Amino acid sequence: MSTPSILRRGAALLAIAIALPALAAALKTDPAKSSVTAVFKQMNVPIEGKFKKFSAQIDFDTAKPEAAKANVEIDVPSFDLGDPDVNKDALKKDWFNAAQFPKATFVSSSLKAAAGGKLDVTGKLSIKGKSADVSFPLTVKKEGASQVFEGTLPIKRLAFNIGEGEWKDTSMVADEVLIKFRVVTTQ
Amino acid sequence: MHRFTIPAIVLHWLIAILIAAAFALGVTMVDIPGITPTKLKYFSWHKWLGVTVLGLACVRLLWRLTHAAPAYPVDMPAWQQKAAHGLHALIYFLIFAVPVSGYFYSLAAGVPVVYLGIWPMPVLIEADQQLKPVLKQLHYVLNTVLLACIVAHVLAALKHHFIDRDGVLKRMLPGRSS
Repeated sequence: MSTPSILRRGAALLAIAIALPALAAALKTDPAKSSVTAVFKQMNVPIEGKFKKFSAQIDFDTAKPEAAKANVEIDVPSFDLGDPDVNKDALKKDWFNAAQFPKATFVSSSLKAAAGGKLDVTGKLSIKGKSADVSFPLTVKKEGASQVFEGTLPIKRLAFNIGEGEWKDTSMVADEVLIKFRVVTTQ
Repeated sequence: MHRFTIPAIVLHWLIAILIAAAFALGVTMVDIPGITPTKLKYFSWHKWLGVTVLGLACVRLLWRLTHAAPAYPVDMPAWQQKAAHGLHALIYFLIFAVPVSGYFYSLAAGVPVVYLGIWPMPVLIEADQQLKPVLKQLHYVLNTVLLACIVAHVLAALKHHFIDRDGVLKRMLPGRSS
């Protein structure tokens, strides 16, 4: 065996040794391509708001999707409805009470393969100091070099006390809210 | 003197009442501070009224194009007839332009219109933060011009009725034709 071939083999082993822990570590998300939005209906008019700041930690191995873990932390004051005055109101006590509860989180507890190549995700969603077990279908796909996680999570806003007092009236703002997310990794 | 046709008279007064209601709601709702359920309700009602006015304006224009207006009194000066035609044309333009500008302002703000809370109206443009203040200003200016036109229109009608006593206002009032 010649020296260059030993070197080559050594280099290959080294590459695997570096790659293995990298696989187990959390994927890096690309904030520019990722988004978390909430869609609700006000007198039947669909309104979409965007959480401009959030971080997602996702451990995902295509070979073992059921071993995946996700941890998402949303910066509540970054909620943007497209109007500064409306944004200010959304952070008040009756709605998000962002001063007291600036973070909303989602922590996955299990992932199961479901029909159509999707994954059924269950986990704990916490908003405004209230936690609830939620489950939703997750789509995982590859786009170029990055991994894309997409899904819609329907929630009931009143279960999280979002909209108190006169805002409990669901004829004004419907109870059902759709949280839509798209998380794109950088590698 | 001949009157307008019954549909023309009905459309005229119906649109007048709806515009007055939309205008009153509009100036009231924008003065409500913060976001309250009442304010959101008024905004929705205001938009529904606007869509209704736009729909009726289409019907009215079609009716007007197919049914001639009764002639003015023969002794009405030519310049007054011209001025009346000009003002009417401008008001016709505005009963379209005012609701359309409001509709696009709402779309630019990212709030589509759902007529009567039941029928989603077409989303013709995406939400646009740059366009939003421009359309807001346009909606305001067009309304100011419409208000000025209506004041002139009402004053002219009253002048014809009480000073000239020439029956011009009666052409647009319900009643037995004379």
